[in-house]
Amino acid sequence: MEPTELVDDTETEADTTDDLVEEELLVEEISIDGMCGVY
Amino acid sequence: MTLSTGLQISEPTPDNLVLSPVKQSGLADQMKAGLDAPICLTWELTYACNLQCVHCLSSSGRRDPRELTTEECEAVIDELQRMQVFYINIGGGEPTIRKDFWHLVQYAVDHGVGVKFSTNGSGIDAAVAEQLAASDYVDVQISIDGADAETNDHVRGAGSFATAVQAMEHLRSAGFEGFKISVVMTRHNIPQVDAFKAMADHYGAQLRLTRFRPSGRGADSWDELHPTDQQQRELYHWLMDHPDVLTGDSFFHLSALGEALPGLNLCGAGRVVCLIDPVGDVYACPFVLHDEFLAGSVRNEGGFQKVWQESDLFTGLREPQSAGACASCGHFDACQGGCMAAKFFTGIPLDGPDPECVLGHGETAMDSVARAEVGTDHSRTKVTLGTKPAG
Amino acid sequence: MTSLAVPFDADRAYRLHEQVALRPEPFGALAYHYGNRRLNFLRAKELVALVESLDAYESVRAAFSAAEIDPRRWPSFEKALASLAASDFLVGAADGEGAEVAA
Repeated sequence: MEPTELVDDTETEADTTDDLVEEELLVEEISIDGMCGVY
Repeated sequence: MTLSTGLQISEPTPDNLVLSPVKQSGLADQMKAGLDAPICLTWELTYACNLQCVHCLSSSGRRDPRELTTEECEAVIDELQRMQVFYINIGGGEPTIRKDFWHLVQYAVDHGVGVKFSTNGSGIDAAVAEQLAASDYVDVQISIDGADAETNDHVRGAGSFATAVQAMEHLRSAGFEGFKISVVMTRHNIPQVDAFKAMADHYGAQLRLTRFRPSGRGADSWDELHPTDQQQRELYHWLMDHPDVLTGDSFFHLSALGEALPGLNLCGAGRVVCLIDPVGDVYACPFVLHDEFLAGSVRNEGGFQKVWQESDLFTGLREPQSAGACASCGHFDACQGGCMAAKFFTGIPLDGPDPECVLGHGETAMDSVARAEVGTDHSRTKVTLGTKPAG
Repeated sequence: MTSLAVPFDADRAYRLHEQVALRPEPFGALAYHYGNRRLNFLRAKELVALVESLDAYESVRAAFSAAEIDPRRWPSFEKALASLAASDFLVGAADGEGAEVAA
């Protein structure tokens, strides 16, 4: 089984990485182009 | 990962998140769990159509007398505005046939909802093209299925290629850059991909290639028209070589062939997008206009929003999906089991393999199942393929 | 339709492009640009609040301070804002002033 899929780290930033702050990907561009819609 | 050009590469799925430097949940996971409002949705305004394309996913032709009225359409647009749906993809049938089409387009734009509409070109004259070119909030897509009249008209009917090209000429003359040319990929036109690209470049248009599904009238011709395995492989490589060509995420089942194709690579039905049909029924996806994928109706209390947020069908789709028969396949992460609609109409269970599974699992699965019944047929007459294109 | 090819500068003032619609989601927000049809996913609520507040400050750094963003996260936030600027979702505000109403 997969681990929890919806890890809610986005809401609780303070505790995620106390010492080493890893680069967070805070903006992601999405190309959905109608997403399997016909258009 | 996002490249500065905006090119999308699908995010790692939960199984390999441990390798990712980012601890947040993946974009794909958020999408799979559903959003409070769709990002966009497909809205078929009418089943009426002046053409009778052999593979029409909505079996269009005759207007359904129960079509939503102008006022009902406006009420839906009002709801979409409140829900902050960014844009609607309008189609049909041929949407420009509705007398209130241009009014509804303007109404949507005036209420903050962008419009992208798909047409066979018959409603686009020079004057219309000028107006479209002037609007920042309306996009248009011309449908063709062949790079020449012979190949195209074989599925779309005599004269349809000429009509489409005429519309493209008007759009180009009016300075409308970036309109879309959309093609459904079949056995006959996959060899023409380079010609389609050249056509799009010639008109300053964006090329969009989409998958042929056994939906609507397509069910009858799917066996004959769907691409061969070899053609699928060629198409995959061609798409990887041409990342600026759009696909509407319709080929993610091919991602099992190697590196993932650009896009979200997952089925957004009932999660990110859905369909409203001409009589106000809400379906998960335009390719399954069938009771099994009917979520509700905008005509019921609570309107569209209630259906989107609370219908049993959509709620079910937003739960984690089982890999089912594909669980032991190492490629499931890439292909996610493929397209629901393609499976449904070929009789394969939804947790089974895609009928065009690149490993051939779909072929095997189809051997032991019966095809599903198609939904309501709105065709004007019985439609069959024309004469085969030469060579 | 791209803005001037000026590198993102956190000492300048920025604001949201007026053609961008920001729609809150549980995970942050979806942002759609009606002009260039691009769609961005903002993955943190603090980022959303920051973006909405940008035009009140004379620089991005000032906005970070006011929002009390942990300084160790400033590089990530700056990168996020830079990518929004690169796709024209953020534009430079007029010098000194807050957001100007575009013509």
